[in-house]
Amino acid sequence: MSAPRIALPRWVDVVLLPVLNVSLAFLIGGIVVLAVGENPIEAVRIMFYGAFGYGYGFGFTLYYTTNFVFAGLAVALAYHAGLFNIGGEGQAYVAGLGAILVALAVAGLHWALALPLIMIASALFGGIWALIPGYLQAKRGSHVVITTIMMNFIATSLMSYLISRVLKPPHIASDESERVDAMTRVPFLSEWIPMLRNTPVNISFFLAIAALVGVYILIWRTKFGYALRTMGHSGTAARYAGMSNAKLIMITMAISGALAGMIAVNDVAGAHGRLLLNYVAGTGFVGIAVAFMGKAHPIGVGLSALLFGVLYQGGQELAFTMPAITREMILTIQALVILFTGAMSEMLRRPVELAFIFSRLRGHDPDTQPKLAAQEDK
Amino acid sequence: MTSLTPETTQRPEVAAGTDFAIELRKINKRFGPVHANKDIDLEVKRGTVHGIVGENGAGKSTLMSILYGFYHADSGEIVVGGQPVIINNSSDALHLGIGMVHQHFMLVDNFTVIENVILGAEDSALLRPSVDKARRELTRLAEEYGLNVPPDALVEDLSVGQQQRVEILKALYRGADILILDEPTGVLTPAEADHLFKVLETLRNEGKTIILITHKLREIMAITDRVSVMRQGEMVKTLETSETSPEQLAELMVGRRVLLRVHKEPANPGDVKLEVKDLVVADDQGTERVKGVSFTVRAGEILGIAGVAGNGQSELLETIAGMRPANGGTITLNGEEVTAADEDYAAFLRRKGLAHVPEDRLRMGLVTNFYEWENAILGYHDEPRYGSGLMLEIKAAKAEAKRHIEKFDIRPANTDLKTANFSGGNQQKIVLAREMERDPDVLIVGQPTRGVDIGAIEFIHNQIIKMRDAGKAIVLVSVELDEIRSLSDRIVVLFDGQIVGEADPETADEGELGLLMAGVNNKKAAVQ
Amino acid sequence: MDAILSDLISLLITTIRVSTPLILACLAGLYSERAGIIDIGLEGKLLGAAFGAATVAYLTGSAWIGLIAGVGVSLAFSGIHGLASINFRGNQVISGVALNFLAAGLTTFLGATWFARGGNTPALSGDARFGAIHFPFARELSGVPVIGPLYSGLLSGHTILTYIAFLAVPLTAWVLWRTRFGLRLRSVGENPKALDTAGMSVMWLRYKALMITGTLVGVGGAYLSTAQAASFSNNMAAGRGFIALAALIFAKWRPFQAMFACLLFGLLEALQYRLQGQDLPFIGRVPTQAMQALPYVLTILLLAGFVGRAIPPKGLGQPYVKER
Repeated sequence: MSAPRIALPRWVDVVLLPVLNVSLAFLIGGIVVLAVGENPIEAVRIMFYGAFGYGYGFGFTLYYTTNFVFAGLAVALAYHAGLFNIGGEGQAYVAGLGAILVALAVAGLHWALALPLIMIASALFGGIWALIPGYLQAKRGSHVVITTIMMNFIATSLMSYLISRVLKPPHIASDESERVDAMTRVPFLSEWIPMLRNTPVNISFFLAIAALVGVYILIWRTKFGYALRTMGHSGTAARYAGMSNAKLIMITMAISGALAGMIAVNDVAGAHGRLLLNYVAGTGFVGIAVAFMGKAHPIGVGLSALLFGVLYQGGQELAFTMPAITREMILTIQALVILFTGAMSEMLRRPVELAFIFSRLRGHDPDTQPKLAAQEDK
Repeated sequence: MTSLTPETTQRPEVAAGTDFAIELRKINKRFGPVHANKDIDLEVKRGTVHGIVGENGAGKSTLMSILYGFYHADSGEIVVGGQPVIINNSSDALHLGIGMVHQHFMLVDNFTVIENVILGAEDSALLRPSVDKARRELTRLAEEYGLNVPPDALVEDLSVGQQQRVEILKALYRGADILILDEPTGVLTPAEADHLFKVLETLRNEGKTIILITHKLREIMAITDRVSVMRQGEMVKTLETSETSPEQLAELMVGRRVLLRVHKEPANPGDVKLEVKDLVVADDQGTERVKGVSFTVRAGEILGIAGVAGNGQSELLETIAGMRPANGGTITLNGEEVTAADEDYAAFLRRKGLAHVPEDRLRMGLVTNFYEWENAILGYHDEPRYGSGLMLEIKAAKAEAKRHIEKFDIRPANTDLKTANFSGGNQQKIVLAREMERDPDVLIVGQPTRGVDIGAIEFIHNQIIKMRDAGKAIVLVSVELDEIRSLSDRIVVLFDGQIVGEADPETADEGELGLLMAGVNNKKAAVQ
Repeated sequence: MDAILSDLISLLITTIRVSTPLILACLAGLYSERAGIIDIGLEGKLLGAAFGAATVAYLTGSAWIGLIAGVGVSLAFSGIHGLASINFRGNQVISGVALNFLAAGLTTFLGATWFARGGNTPALSGDARFGAIHFPFARELSGVPVIGPLYSGLLSGHTILTYIAFLAVPLTAWVLWRTRFGLRLRSVGENPKALDTAGMSVMWLRYKALMITGTLVGVGGAYLSTAQAASFSNNMAAGRGFIALAALIFAKWRPFQAMFACLLFGLLEALQYRLQGQDLPFIGRVPTQAMQALPYVLTILLLAGFVGRAIPPKGLGQPYVKER
């Protein structure tokens, strides 16, 4: 028997605790800002203005959010299957290869026709890069955490070789591929919404929204999602139910990698219009923070992706106005968010539980006595 | 946590005049709403074997955990050797000369016996002197008590019985005068258990005090001097073993006349539904655990598979249920060969009419983090009635769950509650309802009443009989011999992965079955 | 002949130089993982320690005070990791990931704020850096064929931190197999209950292990910025923490094997520098990226069981919950 756990009301688990944990991360971030002699409240104001205050900033916010949704969903989906995919970074990078190969191959094709092809290629390349660790976990028992980390480094080396030695056209000095034809390139939203001009946000933003809905349906409304969640909770129970753990692991990893691969659609075929060296630039890792902060639920992932979008865009603005605060401050906050919502989420739970017991005991209402989780039999 | 006063860490001098090694006074322990120990008083005489019996959940283990410093009592007093003491952790208990042999061994598998024995009891920062000392001690203890184990062998290479000896050696090496054994024979063959009892007798004769926790009355009668009975967190009575009987103890344990026999009509066997032939199965480590098992089960009969835990039952069940590939032999269901070639055959077998109530419902038969309705379709979610295409039809699943709740009186009657919040008996009912309501041809059941409260046991037994009377073929695996005997129409005994005998539950007596379970192939026991 | 020998010697010298932080980080990881705690955060600790050491060495002008500061930073990180994974029973992988980002963010942010050099620290000179230690007669013997380059070049002339790293290897082996602490450390990574029921504190032992981890990897970080290089630069750990982790798996969590794995991975790194832009006979130009990726590829192959099999400590990654 373990110490009994209080069954907290659902809203405490789903809303209050995550909000408290995120607040804690920002509080510490605020203290760091204070320590370098700047005003944290002013910093937040500048950041929000930079993110929402005018069309240019808003466009960038949406662009970042798009990327973070894909990265966050990749981590969240795998998490429901009990897999920790740290490899989104590498999967997105390799997906960039698929995106650029197709985009260049169909150069001149109208984007509406090219987009599905580019998406398929990105999903395929990202999916395969995730399938390798998935296969190794499923068939050889190699831990997916370690192998995805290794695969990130291998992706960096491989892509750096391919970009600098193979894809780079002779007439370009820096390490990058040929540009995607203007006709084929995923169109910017500014074509329809003038307010967003000169910002990289493109059609992929709607893909991200669709992906949020799609992943929700996949996890909670399909038979595959049911199987995936069963395995995530208990591999033995999944085997008992006749589900093939190996297959589930491989399919989940492949879908997870495909989701990460959508970053290539947004960046390579859209925002950048070419494959740049190290184009992912940490987006895959932000996905870890996004997924944990969002409790691996699509609604949460959407909201936390937006928050990180604000942080990244607002952070740029902040770096201009307050030179003491560099972009890395955002990385620090990202780290604190992962720490408090992911690794130390239990820290605040106990005090909250005690607060609940206390408030209810004071109420002397027997009906609202905290429900105790049933003792498990030995 | 109160700080430990220096005098409590020292072994108390034996106070003159006290006969008691341990005295517990008014011990109380609550886990939330569960009052696991209520005003427990217990006196254990020095130099005796003192049994503590009670059903699962009676509070025996909690009490001993308090004595061993795992839990802290909410109130009450512990007196060791006439001195009141405070035991905050296992270290304090060890200092007081209390050693414990846990039901699940606390050994490091890839350490040698010596390393395990000295762990935590090393004399100096360097290992060498302790190793040398331990080697001498082990030799002495082996001679004195018959506790032979190769000191340099890795624990993972030892048999279960030998591993248990290492546990006892660990306690003795630390100078334990009082030895607590928690269900020590659960994993032992009868022969190993006999050896253990001889060791315990020797220990007692040397002046050690032994507390034996068990729910097996036979052991109590065989080895103890005195016995205390616990029921639902309370100490019911302490008796001299010589002045009591198994019947009296059973009554005290349960609190009413025990229904040892389930009422059932004679079986009316029909066609062969399940045939297992020369089945060979290996465990995860590749060791063969089922070595050529054959049997048949007919419609309308219950075949009981008896045996000491760990003789291949788990692997046998898992393979028949399609969760573990067979390494040889065949399984035929309704005349069709369905031998599992991989670990994902369970769904296929369910479609063919096989249902499975697994041994370990918490790890296997349920996902405790799921809502009740989600568990009500586990294993059957692919069926078209829960959605034809890729989508899962939640409404249909909840409707089915509701039906189960009504029919099996599952409480609380709430399909949207997390399964972890149901009691053991109700969790088992969720599994049973799911598997039985599918109307299978063959039902295989493992340990149906493990960790289940008494009220639910009767219900579960009756449901199994009802299935039989409805013409289903049932395979029942249980380590509870009583359960096997009262439910089965035929009994086979599994020992070391082989069927060593078959018996008629009406005529076979406990002694004969016990011999078979121990692997003693007595021809006379193989009735028929 | 001499040219080849001196080429080889210089390659080996580079190998030792680049292996030093790997060995320190790898042994650090060994203590942590032997105690059952996954340490993905080695990278972050290397980075944080490198920054702390360079900053304080610059401010005080003493490499030694810098070293203490570096170790201090690394210990603080270990403390957070312990809090998350021991006290709050959080996910150890997530905690490590978070600490890596924290180090990457904080070092650059604070560096840029304090020194205004885009995250780098000012160059260190004199006593603010660890200098090479020359063995007796190293200069005199350097002219002697074969022995000269081996003794004066390969063995002599490294900083004290390199010698510490290589001495830490037999010391770790001795601690692990011959001492009480080692026995308990190994048991807590395999089956913490065994230690708990023997009356020992699992929590305290795991913290002790993490302290050693913090110290060793802290020395490794200080080596990067105050011995190998002469300042801290952005992201200077450059994946070494992960290479060390790979080496640890490759060595199957054993100290001498860990050293050899680090030397092998170090050699690959040294070859990368050596072969840059050169054509090899038969093979042609070897892409440096292939060399960079090789340690990871090898580790994956090992993990997949294609080359031997790496079985981690049984209790690895599982928070200890005292329950029965």
